Amino acid sequence: MNIHEYQAKEVLARYGVPVPKGIPVDTPDQAAKAFADLGGGLAVVKAQIHAGGRGKAGGVKLVRTKEEARAIAEGLIGRVLVTPQTGPEGRVVKKLYVTQGAEIAREMYLAVAMDRNARAPVVIAAAEGGVDIEDLAHNKPAALLRVPVHPVKGVQPFQVRRICFHLGLKGEQLKSGAAVINGLLRAFLDTDASLAEINPLIVTKDGNVLALDAKLSFDDNALFRHKDLAAYRDLNEEDPKEVEAKKFDLNYIALSGNIGCMVNGAGLAMATMDVIQQKGGMPANFLDVGGGANKTQVTNAFKILLSDQNVKGILVNIFGGIMKCDTIAEGVIAAARETKMSVPLVVRLEGTNVDLGRKMLQESGLNLQTATSLDEAAEKIVKAAGAQR
Amino acid sequence: MSVLVNGDSKIIVQGITGEAGMFHTKNALAYGTKMVAGVTPGKGGQVTADGTPVFDTVVEAKKATGATVSVIYVPAAFAADAICEAVDAGLDLVVTITEGIPVADMAFVRNFMQGSKTRLIGPNCPGIITPVTDQKGCKIGIMPAYIHKPGKIGVVSRSGTLTYEAVWQLTSVGLGQSTCIGIGGDPIKGMDFIDCLELFENDRQTEGIIMIGEIGGSAEEEACDYIKALVKKPVVGFIAGATAPPGKRMGHAGAIISGGKGTAKDKKAAMAKAGVHVCDTPSVLGITMKQVLKK
Repeated sequence: MNIHEYQAKEVLARYGVPVPKGIPVDTPDQAAKAFADLGGGLAVVKAQIHAGGRGKAGGVKLVRTKEEARAIAEGLIGRVLVTPQTGPEGRVVKKLYVTQGAEIAREMYLAVAMDRNARAPVVIAAAEGGVDIEDLAHNKPAALLRVPVHPVKGVQPFQVRRICFHLGLKGEQLKSGAAVINGLLRAFLDTDASLAEINPLIVTKDGNVLALDAKLSFDDNALFRHKDLAAYRDLNEEDPKEVEAKKFDLNYIALSGNIGCMVNGAGLAMATMDVIQQKGGMPANFLDVGGGANKTQVTNAFKILLSDQNVKGILVNIFGGIMKCDTIAEGVIAAARETKMSVPLVVRLEGTNVDLGRKMLQESGLNLQTATSLDEAAEKIVKAAGAQR
Repeated sequence: MSVLVNGDSKIIVQGITGEAGMFHTKNALAYGTKMVAGVTPGKGGQVTADGTPVFDTVVEAKKATGATVSVIYVPAAFAADAICEAVDAGLDLVVTITEGIPVADMAFVRNFMQGSKTRLIGPNCPGIITPVTDQKGCKIGIMPAYIHKPGKIGVVSRSGTLTYEAVWQLTSVGLGQSTCIGIGGDPIKGMDFIDCLELFENDRQTEGIIMIGEIGGSAEEEACDYIKALVKKPVVGFIAGATAPPGKRMGHAGAIISGGKGTAKDKKAAMAKAGVHVCDTPSVLGITMKQVLKK
């Protein structure tokens, strides 16, 4: 789960990471008032969307007067921001964060991420920040310092010093840098984060260290033990179909094609998408109904697929292990009837109770095609969906 | 022979009284697997409907039965602790089926396991199976039994249902399987491709290996370096997720392309470079293996 910058800063501030004062707002009037409440002077109006690259897309503006804050807010709220991370469709800005401006002497990069190879959190630091870190990793890999943190014993003082020196901090800044690193790591571990990033971390002209931006993503599997963080979830930032799917414990990701897919198992679901594209089609989604799905889940999965206006055909590809083929057939039949489905349907079943499942489908009277292999199924649905246009 | 488990392996089921534990224990017993004991804290002394004795702790279950393997169906919130209990009891192999364990918990588990002799399979995996020979089979996990057939191909995979695809094809073309290992879709897990490749390479029954990877991480690339250097047996491979959009987590917690790394294209290229026979669709894994073995 991702959260907004203003929420991430709220969390980090609790762990002693210094952040500029700021106020989240929903309207231009609130933005003007926030400007005044922050004491006037220099402020920054920042669009709050769950994607990086906001600055270059025009989502971050410096303002010097109340009127300017209001005008900028007017221009930003409701605007679609397109950044490299949003995809071409972009994101509608619904919330802004008005923060105190800071005089920047130097920008740095600091992050903690869970590293699968180290099997531990890793601190990533660079003395240059505010840049696209993936570009930096590609063009100047030596600029990035990676320090694995012991997953049980935590970060050691010598590691913190090493990171501070790499960041180029000096004198009094070493102390505040250490506080930022320790705070960021504690926040990361306490919240079961998968990424905690400060980009840029800055040294101000008067020598203070400050987190100018912040990003936090949490491990969805650990949210059950962080009820407080669940309140940070912003459904506006998620695809409504994905939100609906989560209610039924379905793994759904919306894509831009026209062939709806319902598959069990993440690997098979990915492979199904791959083969659809090989056959000249485009999948409308990734949907893993999981190992133990029941009839209700299958029915709801079907409804979600059909709620996508782009869908011109549906491919069901199930290799039943825990999930029995008759259960799938029952769900497919119920859903197709309930939704009065009018697009072509290709079903490929294999696994436990496959004969019963196939028989149920054949006797249902539904207009559908069956297939015995994934390739055959993909070929059939691509052809059928193509004929729909 | 087979790898890791055979018809004589004795197995403890952690979480035996839960719905999943109960269901899959029944199926495993029906396959001829020696499921000798269950563990559910607080239910020690009970006997399940199948006649399996239940213990409060893994240590007790091991002592009473001489089991060397455990399979875990414990809910995600308690699964890491269950793995640690099995490791502490000194079992040889722990197979964790549970899906949705927090990554930080798995980082802890891996640290806890340092210096122990226990091997871990999973989590978030279908398990391991050595198909029935002479009425002795060993099915530890959630895979459908009937698709398997004893034979000469070792299967190692990050995906459950894709493993079934490969297995069913191997059965259909008559090659069968020596042992199939689902290593699971989580970013921090137990055994990885290399560990399994090494076992298959050294197993006399295994004549070929099917390796199924997916996007995310670099385990496939590392496995390819290993294959190039040390694996003489033919390897047929597939990578899922060629068309997955970057930055999106495709169902498995470990299946994410980040920073342009972990793509299917890179992994397939690494496979080809290592002499692996790469398939563009999982539908041809079985037939490809058959052709490769004929050469």
